Amino acid sequence: MNPANPTAPAAPAVAARPVVEMRGITVRFPGVLALDEVDLRLRRGEVHALLGENGAGKSTLVKALTGVHGIDGGSITVDGVERTFASTADAQAAGIATVYQEVNLCPNLSVGENITLGHEPRRRGLIDWRAAHEQAAGHLRRFGLDIDPRSALSSHPLAVRQLVAICRAMVLDAGVLILDEPTSSLDRSEVERLFAVVRDLRDQGVAIVFISHFLDQVYEISDRITVLRNGRLVGEHVAADLPRGELVSAMIGRELEELETIGRSAARSVDRTTTPVLRASGIARSRALEPVDVDVYAGEVVGLAGLLGSGRTELARLLAGADAADAGTVAVHGTPVRLTTPHRALARRIAFSSEDRRGEGVVGDLTVAENILLGLQARRGWLRPIRRAERAAVVAEYVSALGVRPADPDMLVRNLSGGNQQKVLLGRWLATAPELLILDEPTRGIDVGAKADIQRKVADLAEKGLSVLFISSELEEVLRLAQRIVILRDRRRVGEVESRETDLDGLVGVMAQTPGATAGVTREVL
Amino acid sequence: MTVIEAPAPAGRAGTVNRLLDRHASALPSAAAVVILLLLLAGAQAYFGNFVTPRVLSALLLDNAYLVILAVGMTMVILTGGIDLSVGSVLAFTGILGARMLAGGTSPLLVVAVMVLGGAAIGLMIGVLVQYFDVQPFIASLAGLFLARGLAFVVSLQSVKVTSPGILWLQSTRFQAGDWYVTPTGLLALAVLLIGAFTLAYTRFGRTVYAIGGDEQSARLMGLDVARTRVLVYVVSGVCSGLGGLVLTAYSGAGYPRNGIGTELDVIAAVVIGGTLLSGGVGYVLGSLVGVLVYGTIKTIISFKGAEQSWTQITIGMLLLVFIVVQQVIVVRSARRR
Repeated sequence: MNPANPTAPAAPAVAARPVVEMRGITVRFPGVLALDEVDLRLRRGEVHALLGENGAGKSTLVKALTGVHGIDGGSITVDGVERTFASTADAQAAGIATVYQEVNLCPNLSVGENITLGHEPRRRGLIDWRAAHEQAAGHLRRFGLDIDPRSALSSHPLAVRQLVAICRAMVLDAGVLILDEPTSSLDRSEVERLFAVVRDLRDQGVAIVFISHFLDQVYEISDRITVLRNGRLVGEHVAADLPRGELVSAMIGRELEELETIGRSAARSVDRTTTPVLRASGIARSRALEPVDVDVYAGEVVGLAGLLGSGRTELARLLAGADAADAGTVAVHGTPVRLTTPHRALARRIAFSSEDRRGEGVVGDLTVAENILLGLQARRGWLRPIRRAERAAVVAEYVSALGVRPADPDMLVRNLSGGNQQKVLLGRWLATAPELLILDEPTRGIDVGAKADIQRKVADLAEKGLSVLFISSELEEVLRLAQRIVILRDRRRVGEVESRETDLDGLVGVMAQTPGATAGVTREVL
Repeated sequence: MTVIEAPAPAGRAGTVNRLLDRHASALPSAAAVVILLLLLAGAQAYFGNFVTPRVLSALLLDNAYLVILAVGMTMVILTGGIDLSVGSVLAFTGILGARMLAGGTSPLLVVAVMVLGGAAIGLMIGVLVQYFDVQPFIASLAGLFLARGLAFVVSLQSVKVTSPGILWLQSTRFQAGDWYVTPTGLLALAVLLIGAFTLAYTRFGRTVYAIGGDEQSARLMGLDVARTRVLVYVVSGVCSGLGGLVLTAYSGAGYPRNGIGTELDVIAAVVIGGTLLSGGVGYVLGSLVGVLVYGTIKTIISFKGAEQSWTQITIGMLLLVFIVVQQVIVVRSARRR
């Protein structure tokens, strides 16, 4: 994970004239200037990272290029010809293909059909399925995917679907491929596979736009970086010449050593002589989690580290009552309890914020205030309304304490950015005055500023005595916040470590079962 | 380059897995076939004279209009929508046709008007759903009331049909031994085959499935979602018009109270035939099986001489079982991922 990839080739000489040139692009939404005279130049054979915080205008720019949004000003030139795209089909026909964050395929159709739909080979007006599947198989092989094109897409894991989506995008020999957050739900080896395909396409002369929140990946794959902030262009840089610190500053517009100032949290010592707030022994659920023990003491942040599918989310869900455990016992303050529903867990002052922010977290069509009050009302029971003054006070407290922007309690939550939705969610659970807060990926897909806000809040609350179970794919974050880290692999607990006694490599070593690199980690299962 | 291994096709288990990966969505329809065969076998064992060419031929004849309605309904449900108007549209086009025939209009023109009338109401529903963002349930409910009202406007009483051209559709029997089929039955089979081919082999048909699978994706794939969605309601309206024609021929009259609750029978048949109400999964041929299951139960109960209300009880129970089975399949496939 080196900041600048020394092996990234310099831009090829053929990249003289950009294949796509967007100039002075302006997009207005009701009441908002989403893009303000933004330029973007894409060259053949280059991976071009498009970076910025949430709300910076990356998606809007991409949608302007792909015909989803119309533009209110500026020009788009493709291969030297000025174009306006009325629909995605238009843009596709001009060789601009997009793979969105949420894989946009139809799970009910076959893999082959997903690849060829819309331009399937036809004979006498009817679709020639044999040819379609053969064609699809050919494209799949080109990407090193050895799967049955006739199998239903729903029978494949997300990573394969992502590659199928890219496959679809490339069927038309697109000259421009836009990848919008393609790696957010992939694990490391899947990212490698994706990048291999991306490099392949780049070498074939495709211009690739790469949008990601993972800066390591940006530096690993990108030749050039364009940074946006608040709907404006900050600059275009050659990736190798842009130090990471400058990139982050450019993205958030202020010097950010803030993330580093939170570093104290992990080093704080916690009194573990008392009865733990929560003690789970041998908690398990068939097909989800092998028996696991976890203790969380008052004022302690316990991190759960593990790859996607390691059982970290499953464990969190069991402790929160979101799923019921098949085996094991849970004690809260030494009293055995049965956490079969989230409501019961909440009654024991255990609050859970799911990793699926939109699906299991915020209610998009309710306001900020209503979303914050939901948890409190649920804990009190529906028959005891919260008085208006108290409601306003609670909402005002959390909106300001968490820095929700805009600070308007009557705003619909679906209109907020991901980071602010997450803050609202955090506010909801804090309003229930929990003793244990379980946070599953609270900072995924949100911008650096909001990330720092949330991390700081968690550290503060823990210092004041709140216990936190913290899950994140970003190990730096776990190492920074948690005093103690429980490591999971293949649905088992494989180790536990004091944060101050290990580092990233030690943690990764146990997670990936690399012998040797296990500084300070007590290994329990081999 | 790295190669992702397919699930190792190890002998029989591999073949089964591959079949499941390819055809898991056909399981509910296969279950419907099994149920139909069990019903027929059971009835044969009980009555001894049930599975005969005469009874089976009558099965298609008696339910021809349901088969036609089911084809349109299947397409609508595949997009994740619903069309509650089919029963009323059937009555409206039926009584309109009968009235026009009584007034001396030529049968060909009458048929055209019936089909176009159905199409017009379907178009209205489709436009409401697509461009005014009205829930299909509500939009087609409006269609239901509108068509029923129009039927009563045309006539409050039953209107007898004497036109030989229309009655020919019903009275002609193409015989092969004890088997026979009427033009109405042939019409139903033709609609069925056209529907099946359209869904399987045309871009329109595949777009129908894509919309039901993930509408947003379908749009981003560059498919013509708007046109397709409006068109499925038009197709359903056309099928209702044809259903009106077949029912008019079958009963020899138009009646404004025809088809009350038929929309629910059709939906039940489609669901029993293996189409998921959430859209994206299902087959027209499955819906044929669903209609035949429905018809067989009805026939069994009249053989037994029992109250026809038992048909509804049995269908209700079957429906319950099927929805539970479908739900299990949906949950399973979500978990397999």
